[in-house]
Amino acid sequence: MSSVAFALITILTLAAALAAATLQNLMHATLSFAVTLVGVAALFFLLGAEFVGLVLVFVYVGAVAVLIVFTILLTRRDLGKDRGANFWGAVLAVGLFGGLTWAILKTPSVAIVAPHIRALTVKRIGEALMTGYVWPLQCVGLLLTAALIGALVLVMEEKR
Amino acid sequence: MTPTLQVFLIVSAALFSAGLIAALSRRHAIFILIGIEMMLAAANLNFIAFWHFNPKPQAPTGVMIAIFSIAIAAAEAAVGLALVIAVYRHYRTTSVDHLDQLKG
Repeated sequence: MSSVAFALITILTLAAALAAATLQNLMHATLSFAVTLVGVAALFFLLGAEFVGLVLVFVYVGAVAVLIVFTILLTRRDLGKDRGANFWGAVLAVGLFGGLTWAILKTPSVAIVAPHIRALTVKRIGEALMTGYVWPLQCVGLLLTAALIGALVLVMEEKR
Repeated sequence: MTPTLQVFLIVSAALFSAGLIAALSRRHAIFILIGIEMMLAAANLNFIAFWHFNPKPQAPTGVMIAIFSIAIAAAEAAVGLALVIAVYRHYRTTSVDHLDQLKG
């Protein structure tokens, strides 16, 4: 795992995340959100979980970001009213970050480097999904169907 | 020097905090949803990092949990954005400050 690539990806991801959290223009913030998720997917690639990184790019950048852009366009009349960061929200988030960082640095058992692991192929993921995880897989399928039907019912035009 | 597990956990904590800033300080409902999605991505990063740094030879448990959590986050985003559109139809606003009908 190259530390130069890691540093670059981390800086890009965190800068895009902060931009998504604070930019006033809603379209720019959505674009930063997409860049953040591409950065997280790149971190997944560095960690040897290529399949999850690809799924993240397909689902978030391909579907969720487009959905958010469409929602912004559909509620366009309301744009331009969002003000920047609220003081107490930012204080709470920075305090939480400080507390978490303190706890992570105080825990000696997480200061380890990666062991040499066998590459995780898509074949192994598919076998695991179809054997040990088949019941959660069916439940997630049911949940997705129910959620999509629910979303359609919510946005359908009301009958006059 | 290769990054340790600590570094990944700190990156994940930073991403979570950025999501928390968006979720707490935005007035626009869509951006509260974006903040929640960023916090979920930070949790997924933790799952993958702990899976990668597991010292024993292991089953792909962390990867499985991350895949299921991405699927559930996508369902949540679809329902959340549908709710934003439904609220906009009723009140002509997406600012959560104006949705105070239940306030006592």
